[in-house]
Amino acid sequence: MSFTIKKEGEIVVVDVEGQLIVGNRQELKQKVLDELERGEKKFLIDFAQTGYIDSSGLGVLVSLSKKIREQGGELRLANLNDDLKTLFELTKLDTLFQISDTRDRALASF
Amino acid sequence: MAASLPSDAGLRVNLEVEIPSDVAYIERVVELIRHPCAELAYNAHQLALNVPVALSEAISNAILRANNEDPDKRVRVRAAVDTMRLVVDVQDEGEPFDLDGNIRDATDPLNIEREDGRGLFLMRALMDRVERFDANGSPHGNIVRLILRRA
Repeated sequence: MSFTIKKEGEIVVVDVEGQLIVGNRQELKQKVLDELERGEKKFLIDFAQTGYIDSSGLGVLVSLSKKIREQGGELRLANLNDDLKTLFELTKLDTLFQISDTRDRALASF
Repeated sequence: MAASLPSDAGLRVNLEVEIPSDVAYIERVVELIRHPCAELAYNAHQLALNVPVALSEAISNAILRANNEDPDKRVRVRAAVDTMRLVVDVQDEGEPFDLDGNIRDATDPLNIEREDGRGLFLMRALMDRVERFDANGSPHGNIVRLILRRA
């Protein structure tokens, strides 16, 4: 499991490869916060290569969303498979995040 | 004529895994238990969502909350899988806790921006039953039992 960060124009894109769970959530949080401290404002997390997410992983996404908004930025999500969509719907986190079906649509939505 | 393979209906897989109180082990235990579920044709959603997420929650609760990541305390996971259901017992060495005492609604708009509080909610949403027992004998602790019927 790993996180890859790259820039697409003004947008910081994070690919989550493998699981986003209690054992690695801090790594994701720190990587995104480092970019936020550098002044980045627009963030997209892409779950195309993600397995499962536990409650700690969801908690980190909520926390990052708040911190990015506090700095005047935006966090958007893309490429949730059917099971990840179910997870977001169960927890009603689909109401908190702007979620796109594809990376291109998410990038165009900023 | 080739002999037909025996039906899966007679199969039961029993697993017992013991780990230190370290969250780095969770993913490995989840895979050990997910594998026989896949062999016994649990459906794709159960394999990708219900089993891994609920198991991850139960084991992380045992490590973080019950055992407080104490390196001297262990977590024991016992699983029985057959074509009817998966039963997993997650045993910690912590103080007794009330599983039903934690009733905060994680989906309430007042709670939706909280970072924590979704673990038990997800276990209950993704499993058919979640129960807690006292672990008798030595060491004392809690057993959280997760039950999922095969779909």
